[in-house]
Amino acid sequence: MSDAPRTLLDRLWADHEIHLRDDGVSLLWVDRHLVHEGSHHAFRKIAERGLSVAEPSLTTAIVDHYAPTRARDGDGITDDIRRMIATLEENAARHGIRCFGLRDARQGIVHVTGPEQGLTLPGLLLVCGDSHTSTHGALGALAFGIGATEVAHVLATQTIWQTKPKAMRLNFEGRLGPGVGAKDMALGWIAKLGADGARGHAVEYTGEAVRGLSLEGRMTLCNLSIEGGARFGMVAPDTKTVDWIAGRAFAPQDALIDRAREIWADLRSDADAVFDRDETIDATDIAPIVTWGTSPEDALPITATIPDPARLSGSRARKVGEALDYMGLSPGHPLEGTPVDQVFIGSCTNARLDDLRAAAAVLAGRRAQVPGLVSPGSALVKRAAEQEGLDRIFREAGLEWVDAGCSMCVGMNGDLVQPGKRCASTTNRNFRGRQGPGARTHLMSPAMAAAAAITGTLTDVRPMLEGRL
Amino acid sequence: MSGWTRHEGLAVGLPREGVDTDQLIPARFMSTPRAQGYGQFLLHDLRRDADGALDPSFPLNGADGSSILIAARNFGGGSSREAAVYALVDAGFRVVAAPSFGDIFAGNAVNNGLLPARISEQAALSLLAVLATPQHGHVDLAAGTLTIDTTETAFDLDDVSRQKLMNGWDDIDLTCAHAAKVADYRRRRIAIAPWVFPDERA
Repeated sequence: MSDAPRTLLDRLWADHEIHLRDDGVSLLWVDRHLVHEGSHHAFRKIAERGLSVAEPSLTTAIVDHYAPTRARDGDGITDDIRRMIATLEENAARHGIRCFGLRDARQGIVHVTGPEQGLTLPGLLLVCGDSHTSTHGALGALAFGIGATEVAHVLATQTIWQTKPKAMRLNFEGRLGPGVGAKDMALGWIAKLGADGARGHAVEYTGEAVRGLSLEGRMTLCNLSIEGGARFGMVAPDTKTVDWIAGRAFAPQDALIDRAREIWADLRSDADAVFDRDETIDATDIAPIVTWGTSPEDALPITATIPDPARLSGSRARKVGEALDYMGLSPGHPLEGTPVDQVFIGSCTNARLDDLRAAAAVLAGRRAQVPGLVSPGSALVKRAAEQEGLDRIFREAGLEWVDAGCSMCVGMNGDLVQPGKRCASTTNRNFRGRQGPGARTHLMSPAMAAAAAITGTLTDVRPMLEGRL
Repeated sequence: MSGWTRHEGLAVGLPREGVDTDQLIPARFMSTPRAQGYGQFLLHDLRRDADGALDPSFPLNGADGSSILIAARNFGGGSSREAAVYALVDAGFRVVAAPSFGDIFAGNAVNNGLLPARISEQAALSLLAVLATPQHGHVDLAAGTLTIDTTETAFDLDDVSRQKLMNGWDDIDLTCAHAAKVADYRRRRIAIAPWVFPDERA
């Protein structure tokens, strides 16, 4: 073992490396595997080969992508949705895998439920067949999204072959202003570096503004790593992390938590560690951000104007023109004041209790001008929010309060934005058709989505928070 | 999966940046069993107009039987859905060349015998210009070259992916050869971090 300074990535990688092949590919041990309805391809692959699941107790199946958010036993649920959910529950039962099915009190979005249950812990390697698995890095885990062939491999072997990514440090200096949060930090860096800006890298988020975030905020930041091209996002665990984990169902208890704390204290980059890439962003400069186009990199402060393709050239002009055409926006107009048809507050990016509180702080005592859906990230988040009375605030504002799932972020459960409709959304992708064919998505924070609900337009939330923070 | 070294076929250009996996296959088709074939879903909404009719001006619509796709920057970004690769493979594609790819997409592609060939921005621009109409193309994995009509372009591909594509390796078989090391690691892991194994805790 060399004494050379190491990054957090170096440590986590070395801790899980079983074998390093001559060509530089590592065989890594997988501590946690989360599967959702999309795993049907992978279960079919292992069934075709007559393989069993190597470590059923390290795998957890959770219904999220197709989870109905209203009347779960009702007639409105299509046969297709029923079949997808039943297939996951049956595959889990067949292989002896723990399952948080549709009627389980722990059901929720994999990236909300994993940390909430203490399945996600610092120092673990966690994979899931979903690109937003980077979320779990917020606790100091090595977490990344994988494809179906890899899911089948993990099921069969509890290991995965990976080439080590390059290490990138994204340092947010200074403190965020009021009304600005993790979503704005994330969209800000993605707009600056591009949707493929961190391709091939594992991003470690550092700096005062990152330390200042709640664990939920860190999860939002890590969640969006993939929208900037990074398969991995991570924050070194600190006392906030350990306090957040204590007492969760699958977290170490009693004497073991003390042992765990000692190990977790070493999970950080050495002060003199060298990163392949280093970027610094001034957090004090960040304003609430919204997207205007069809990629998360198409993001600007709410105070900006819509870009004008006539002032650009080449492929950039063409791309901006096509995006504005799809989005039905006019160049040169201010973003603020753009009318929206509806809002969505939810998804693995922004549906934790902290997110719902941030939206409720804006909505309390106010009335939404447009319809909206609020889908908490898990059944337990829903219950906790109801205990605080947040559901009443959403309902009294005129928004619909529904059950937990991926819902309108990806529309697989039938929660869709209709063609041509404009949605202020706390989700992670403003891709064409993401929320439904022809849907127009503007990404933003929960507080900004709440502000859009109240005015019926894209709005700077900051003045609306005066006296409320 | 069988390996391959050389491929010849019709090449088509898709001059559009950021073709994400939601474009490659919209989410609503992903509950379909693979046996039904995913080729019909490839770029489903992009190649159709608002009424659902195929748009004759969309490049792929005039290029049946093509197997080499030349695309622009940030191809296959977004979701980890391997269905995006299934849609390309089931539609007959063996090669996608672009200046950059989503990391998860590129890994999924190699796992399904589809080559994600990285070419320079300049090369992509020139090839897309040549491909105003589909042209004959030729790809040599070992040499790392892509030839469209008479223009030869070098492409980047890491050696691991190259070997995997050429040999058609199966990762599960490879891993089984390391079973003893995996078992050793598991024993060490449980000693160091017993909380990793919640069901085996005392």
